[in-house]
Amino acid sequence: MSDEKDIRKAAAEIAFGEDLHAEEQEAKGAGASVRSGRKTAAQDAVEKVMKARSKERPVVTEYIDNIIEDAMYLAGDRCFAEDESVAGGIGLFRGLPVTFIGHRKGRDLEENIRCRFGMPNPEGYRKAIRLMKQAEKFGRPVIAFVDTPGAYPGKEAEERGQGQAIAECIKTMSRLCVPVVTVFTGEGGSGGALAFASGDRLIMLENSIFSILSPEGFASILWHDGSRWQEAAKVMKLTARDIKDLGVCDEIIPEPEPEEMHEKRFFDTVADTIWRNLGPLLSKDEGELVRDRYLKLRKTGSKYGRN
Amino acid sequence: MNPFKERKNILDAIGKITRLTFSTDEKAADVMKTCPGCGEKYGTGELAAAKYVCPSCGQYISMTAYERVSQIADEGSFREFNKARTGYDPIDFPGYEKKIQKMRKDTGLKEAVVTGSCTIGGEKAVLCVMDKRFMMASMGTAVGEKVFLAFEYAVKKKLPIVIFTASGGARMQEGIMALMQMARTSAAAARHDEAGLLYIAVMTDPTTGGVTASFASLADITIAEKGALIGFAGQRVIEQTIGEELPEGFQRADFQLEKGFVDMVAGRPELKDTIARILFIHGRRRH
Ligand SMILES: [Zn+2]
Repeated sequence: MSDEKDIRKAAAEIAFGEDLHAEEQEAKGAGASVRSGRKTAAQDAVEKVMKARSKERPVVTEYIDNIIEDAMYLAGDRCFAEDESVAGGIGLFRGLPVTFIGHRKGRDLEENIRCRFGMPNPEGYRKAIRLMKQAEKFGRPVIAFVDTPGAYPGKEAEERGQGQAIAECIKTMSRLCVPVVTVFTGEGGSGGALAFASGDRLIMLENSIFSILSPEGFASILWHDGSRWQEAAKVMKLTARDIKDLGVCDEIIPEPEPEEMHEKRFFDTVADTIWRNLGPLLSKDEGELVRDRYLKLRKTGSKYGRN
Repeated sequence: MNPFKERKNILDAIGKITRLTFSTDEKAADVMKTCPGCGEKYGTGELAAAKYVCPSCGQYISMTAYERVSQIADEGSFREFNKARTGYDPIDFPGYEKKIQKMRKDTGLKEAVVTGSCTIGGEKAVLCVMDKRFMMASMGTAVGEKVFLAFEYAVKKKLPIVIFTASGGARMQEGIMALMQMARTSAAAARHDEAGLLYIAVMTDPTTGGVTASFASLADITIAEKGALIGFAGQRVIEQTIGEELPEGFQRADFQLEKGFVDMVAGRPELKDTIARILFIHGRRRH
């Protein structure tokens, strides 16, 4: 592939100033420099990637269990298998019947491995499609949670149509006749994250990220060196702030101290935000809802619609 | 009408399509291309006549978007949309503007997809062709926008759409805005689908990443060009994940046929006929 050479050459041309490398050394030494006030947006991005992936953060099922009353988990894609890396089900959100879907990374190592650290196989996306269509049938809004490094890049995933499953998931969500609100709680990498993020409203926690690929994957593709992920994070514009500035994220939820993120008060804030975003969508009829979602997408990502 | 007579008319018409001659682009006849299979050199006119299949060794030779258009669209029927449309540099990626400028100079294209309307075997259709010479036909804001607008045009004019996909995936240098093109093109494809219109995808070498995981996989009828690499994750990444080498033919056209993700594998010389027949059958349905 001749383009690889071009990309490598282009990467060599990219001038990462020495000052950036100096900052990188600093970051390795001290996380405490966060509050020193000297940090740049680039450095902030590196820290946010680490925070978004922190094991101290609540996992998606913790949000579900705290926000949805009587959350009932449903399993299986009705084609091939149950994929635990996608949590999905039904419950009541402040008295309103809803369907929820989200990435499950797992709470301990054993669960991490079963869920491939939140990287779904095609079955996970097909299960989400099934639950979204079910939500449509019964007129339930969909609340989606994103926390994934990306879709699982496995041999069997390819054999069972990973690309096709993601495409169908995006298509289904983008045309669903019920409101869809998405919350990014941790990392949101590539098409695997986008599969749950083509709905009506996109909300991000302050330290969540949304990126075209994991910073490691990005560095690996452009520079053939995944270990240069920090450099990648600095240029990718992946923080919630960046994503909002680009017009893709609608609202950012401020985060308390890490240990306070497991407290009821924080989950209430997240629930309030979802509720506030869901409200105006509930008053729209089906046609209006789907048309407005399309118009939003039409504008987002067009150079003519940019902020 | 007598159903047997109707059937005969259809078969006659299909026969006519099969006999159509293909246009060749004589203008660029002086540009020589070398066959990567056997090293033989050919003029563009000669290659076009051979449908870009090496006459001496049978190797498929890379085609530019316009070469593909001239092979598929009826002669003189192609009207290009948004020829000058460009994307932007949403994340101010270092060196990106310069790279794009160089690509434009090298390829004579503004971006990695050519879109327009045409007739194929006499049937009107919207035609999009991705060109892998331009940054591996990666999808950024320009490619996404042009494909999106092509779907919208097809919906407005109630036309079928034929897309020749080829892509390394979403364009890294445009960050999240490139990723969002997956949502935009998928939504546009969905709307075209809801309008009851036909979408034919022809997956050519290579169709991967974010393009596979969006509009390329959403067609009513999917044709894989013989030998094309089609998949989501890159082979290097998969091999790293599973810690073993992938078997020969993994993610190739025949593999996708076996796994059930494409309707057929077609050789390059048969593509136009195949598309024309599908368009013809859909053009004759009751509305
Ligand atoms: Zn040859």
